[in-house]
Amino acid sequence: MTAVRGAWSTLLDKPWIWAFLGAFAVWLATIVFTRGVGGGEVLTAAFTFAVFFVIVGIGQMFVITLGPGNVDLSVPATITLAGAVSTKLMDSQDGMILIGFMAAMGCGLGIGIFNYGLIRILRIPPIIATLSAAFIIQSLAIAYGRGLRIKPPDLLADFTTARIAGVPVLAVVIVGLAIVMSVVLNRTVYGRSVIAIGQNRRAALLAGITVEWTRFATYTMCALFASLCGYLLSGFSGGASLNMGEEYLLASIAVVVIGGTSVAGGFANVPGLWGAALFMFLLVTMLNTFGAAAGIRLIMTGLIIITVIVLAGGRRTSG
Amino acid sequence: MGPSETRMELSQVGAPLPKRARVETASPLRAMMEMLVAPRTLRALLPAVSLAALLIAIFWLQPRTMSYMGLNLLLNLAIPIALATIAQMFILTVNDLDLSIGAYVGFCSCIAGTLLVEAPAYGVLALAGGIVAYAGLGALIHLRNLPSIVVTLGMSFVWLGIAVLILPRPGGTSPEWLRWLMTLRPEYLPFPIIAGIVIAVVVHFGLMRTAYGAILRGAGGNPRAIERAGWSLLKAKMTMYGLAGVFGMLAGLALIGLTTSADANIAARYTLLSIAGVILGGGEFVGGRVSPVGAVIGAITLTLAGSFLTFLQISPDWQVGATGAILILVLALRALISRAEAR
Repeated sequence: MTAVRGAWSTLLDKPWIWAFLGAFAVWLATIVFTRGVGGGEVLTAAFTFAVFFVIVGIGQMFVITLGPGNVDLSVPATITLAGAVSTKLMDSQDGMILIGFMAAMGCGLGIGIFNYGLIRILRIPPIIATLSAAFIIQSLAIAYGRGLRIKPPDLLADFTTARIAGVPVLAVVIVGLAIVMSVVLNRTVYGRSVIAIGQNRRAALLAGITVEWTRFATYTMCALFASLCGYLLSGFSGGASLNMGEEYLLASIAVVVIGGTSVAGGFANVPGLWGAALFMFLLVTMLNTFGAAAGIRLIMTGLIIITVIVLAGGRRTSG
Repeated sequence: MGPSETRMELSQVGAPLPKRARVETASPLRAMMEMLVAPRTLRALLPAVSLAALLIAIFWLQPRTMSYMGLNLLLNLAIPIALATIAQMFILTVNDLDLSIGAYVGFCSCIAGTLLVEAPAYGVLALAGGIVAYAGLGALIHLRNLPSIVVTLGMSFVWLGIAVLILPRPGGTSPEWLRWLMTLRPEYLPFPIIAGIVIAVVVHFGLMRTAYGAILRGAGGNPRAIERAGWSLLKAKMTMYGLAGVFGMLAGLALIGLTTSADANIAARYTLLSIAGVILGGGEFVGGRVSPVGAVIGAITLTLAGSFLTFLQISPDWQVGATGAILILVLALRALISRAEAR
């Protein structure tokens, strides 16, 4: 009995548990409203769409963990550019899938280096650096992708939308990716360095951690994940569009914070990203199911995100 | 004189005296020249110089803009952007960032385009509610030590949602008096220039020249010192957020006075433009170092950058990109100046 209670309380101590509980509560409310109809379909859809939030969330989480002032505002623009470039290059041919992927990754690599270069050379806060970069990347994407109406290769479209027994294949792959990144965060020198820098940059520097290299790697990784998201998203949604990255500015940050990662840096966890991504999707689904008007839906989304942040902000011992 | 001078003197402690004597005997003219190329002066002049360069380029490309009407058309839309930039500046002063200002300006112009015309009392009440909400946000962010980015991103949904509820599709009309104000044609100086000067001077004196203004900036620069001196950080933050609400509202009013019809998404660009404007104008991201005059100049520069591209017949696709490029260019120049200062 005490063992059960002990296990339960260690589970409650985990910062990511709240995101999952929230997602479950919202799902339950939806199901109760529909009297049990479509519960499975809603979950499948949630896992399908949450994938993209999780991908950008992983990159953003590492950046935010670097400490106050670290956030990548160029994520939406990067998604759009990578999506446009890879879609145009692949030109709907299955044989070009790998080249398209490499092109998307190339975009990410270039943007990551550019972002870090601005931060380092101009000595400006990352928020301003990535914001300025985002302006330019956005313009590149608009100019490059104008009139772009190319379908993604069938193989990529099939892969991103495939389901086996109701389970989205892509979701399984990204769960695997999340596990790998969790190991990277908690068990590698690089991951521990990110956390150490977030907790006390000066101490980390004095302890011999290569702070600048770690920051470079983190910003580049964030851009790479955003590019991956853009690549997969263009396959999933039948092509690239100029506003495909729009909702990911809020989503990438919200998923990290709701997932229990400390906004002040130094404490992070990967499972929470999944919980928060599911929560965000199920929340919108719930409001849709309730038949809320567009305006009400927007207001509720905003208020609930703020509420979650207010509640999460009170937890000082996240980690 | 400036901090650079102090540092020079400090570094000369223990240095042979004659060197210093030589500086003192320099001619007044040379001293003036030295002051003019001092990094501190250069940095302060940077926003004005960039604006002048852009203006000259536009005059050169399109000489017809060098007239009363030309300037009026060129600078009209700079008024709401300048007001929104000032709003953003208040938030940046206390080391926060407002990602909802664009949505809030849109909300205010929707209220002004509907309620303020149909039922003025309710309209005023709704706008006041917006300002109170802003002050409340400041309190919430301070008390719970929340990340302003996430809270204001959430709020942008709320403002947009309310605006969509009030005005599901573009429409509404501008109140008569706003239309009258925004289409004023004073003699000699075009209205946008007068408005710009008034905004810059009023905010400059309020924030840079009053005692409480110094406290407010201190709340961003050294919060602990301000708190130990017995000032309420909560009150300072609420004041700054409230002021941001006031100026965001003014931006919304100015905008609908110009466009005569409102739309929930009318000012979506303002969020990023306002941040860029503050930074261009010499504001720094941390430490309460901002410049109201610079912010207004920065906003005007960004507005003109759009026209500049149009005159160059460059596709509007590059409009946003140009904003980024200008931002990076100015920041690079500032980094160079700082490096020279450090030397």
